[in-house]
Amino acid sequence: MSNVTYISGKEPHSREHRLIFRNIDRKGYDPGLKCYLKDGGYEQLKKAVTMEPKAITDEVKAAGLRGRGGAGFPTGLKWTFIPPTNTKPVYLICNADESEPGTFKDRYIMHQDPHQLLEGMAIACYAVGAKLAYIYVREEFPHAARILEEAIAEATKAGFLGKGICGSTFDLELYVHRGAGAYICGEETGLIESLEGKRPYPRIKPPFFPAVLGLYMSPTIVNNVESLCHVKHILAMGGAEYAKLGTPNNTGTRILCVSGDVQKPGYFEVQVGKVTLGEVIQDLCGGLKPGRKLQAVIPGGSSAKVLRADERFKLKRGDEMVEIGLEDIPMDFDSLAACGSMAGSGGVIIIDDSRKISWVLNNINSFYAHESCGQCTPCREGSLWMKKISDRIVAGKASPDDVATLESVANNIEGKTICAFGEACSWPTQSFIRKFREELVADTREELAGVPVNHETTLAAANLKN
Amino acid sequence: MSLSVPADIEKEIDERITHYPVSRRSAVLPVLHILQRHFRFLSEDAVSWTAAKLGLEPIQVLEVVTFYPGFRQEAPGKVHIRVCRTLSCAMAGSYELLDNLCQAAGIDASRMGHHHPFAVSKDGRFSIEFVECLASCGSAPVCLVEDELHERVSPETAPDLLARYS
Ligand SMILES: Cc1cc2nc3c(=O)[nH]c(=O)nc-3n(C[C@H](O)[C@H](O)[C@H](O)COP(=O)(O)O)c2cc1C
Ligand code: SF4
Ligand code: FES
Repeated sequence: MSNVTYISGKEPHSREHRLIFRNIDRKGYDPGLKCYLKDGGYEQLKKAVTMEPKAITDEVKAAGLRGRGGAGFPTGLKWTFIPPTNTKPVYLICNADESEPGTFKDRYIMHQDPHQLLEGMAIACYAVGAKLAYIYVREEFPHAARILEEAIAEATKAGFLGKGICGSTFDLELYVHRGAGAYICGEETGLIESLEGKRPYPRIKPPFFPAVLGLYMSPTIVNNVESLCHVKHILAMGGAEYAKLGTPNNTGTRILCVSGDVQKPGYFEVQVGKVTLGEVIQDLCGGLKPGRKLQAVIPGGSSAKVLRADERFKLKRGDEMVEIGLEDIPMDFDSLAACGSMAGSGGVIIIDDSRKISWVLNNINSFYAHESCGQCTPCREGSLWMKKISDRIVAGKASPDDVATLESVANNIEGKTICAFGEACSWPTQSFIRKFREELVADTREELAGVPVNHETTLAAANLKN
Repeated sequence: MSLSVPADIEKEIDERITHYPVSRRSAVLPVLHILQRHFRFLSEDAVSWTAAKLGLEPIQVLEVVTFYPGFRQEAPGKVHIRVCRTLSCAMAGSYELLDNLCQAAGIDASRMGHHHPFAVSKDGRFSIEFVECLASCGSAPVCLVEDELHERVSPETAPDLLARYS
């Protein structure tokens, strides 16, 4: 909108289309209710409570909204999974655990525009019939938790939450629940266990699809922060109009979080599929660092399979199959899936030719080894073995056969675990080995120079000498 | 031994518990957060106190404390620093940042490991922990000093960062 101005130096890029991030870095904007109302805040909630709940779900379906938390599952469809014969209370949980490496968007929404999230949640709760809702905020966001609680208090006082919302018969109690530093709490059934006051051990699905048996064994809808914010805009625009943003089956806008080896890392809200990976790097992020060449891209959070810079991909364009390079991949769910990876959480990590591939993989493996919840043997043992083997490769103390061993460990995790963490931890190893086998084999024998080595790696190397 | 919880803290805890109208057990994490904020770490007594408060067995609380990296069973320094270890931060120098912070604070980094996630300086002023992605990868490297996020902390500036908390 033309009347919106941004803090100098933080203006959105001209390729951006700001819906969710409209008020992020906006000049003179604050997280208070007054500021939100000045801009038409809570108008959509007022409208929502006069509608049939099902009509809202239908708009969300017509909009084609797909979840922004990682899996890209259609949001409206998820909402319809609550059994029609259900007599138990329904709950809604906003997933604000934001912990997939490479992802940094939800915190900005909670810090700078908390009422947008509350309005989206209230509309969603009305649509699915929830009267009690939680925002599960990771522990490392203490300010987000505080800001949200202040916003909830304000909104309750003004009649946008609590009893008889906007003069209707709709009641909603909404609370913030803080995590305690575990990545697995982002997995929705782990999150539910955590909210029940237990270890966040993910549940076996089926039968525990949250929409059927979730929090307190009642139907529960879990959605990401960004997904819930979109609901407000879908209602404002109408589902059909919203669906004109983006590309077919990949509608709307989404926030790309770009980090790593680019000149200007940051967040960019773009129409889904309307920019290519090459444009993300060159236009949005100002290109690579001087004199550097692209080596690899992890396009959707650290769990997404890596793409190699010189890889060729086959994509369907209309009825035709075309072959494209990495720079021409449109940033949308279907294209990235067709290229063998995923859009995931929107976290794009750029890796240039100054990085040792074994070091990158080892860093990722260390993350998963630390974060496995330990319930299933393949994941608990396998994630640690993958780290140990890549520790050895990084230290130049491995045998060339270790690369194959590493691969076999990963292959024995994927598809054999309770939750999708099993895939999340094996995909990096599988894809790095498939695409960079020669580099990894070479690294097994090469002492590392000029690359930061972690203490545990040093220890591991010392142990190997003994 | 029992835990002596000040009245205002207990009042805050009792209010928190009302956020969970369906199950008191759900309040385990928030109660532990409040106790940890007050006592700086969670002792055995804090575990028993929480269990009694919520009508649980102590093991149901202890298993939570031992699982989550955000809960501590040992006292940290006066100022606790969490440096992000994960990929984007590591690419931007977080390992050097950790080393430099440890050096400036007088902390023996080799004491940190899987079972001792953080180490405390001899004078007790600082403790440092390597943690996983803090969701601020675009402004790497980052660290959390108590509740404050510091972004683009170049490793050379480690002593300046500590000076701000001295
Ligand atoms: C290991 C793992 C970690 C996850 N972490 C997050 C997270 O931090 N935030 C999030 O919104 N979703 C996360 N998810 C996805 C959630 O399980 C769930 O699909 C999502 O919150 C649903 O919301 P959406 O449909 O709006 O995307 C994670 C999934 C897995 C398997
Ligand atoms: S796959 Fe890993 S994280 Fe998921 S339940 Fe099993 S052990 Fe836990
Ligand atoms: S990698 Fe450090 S904040 Fe994400």
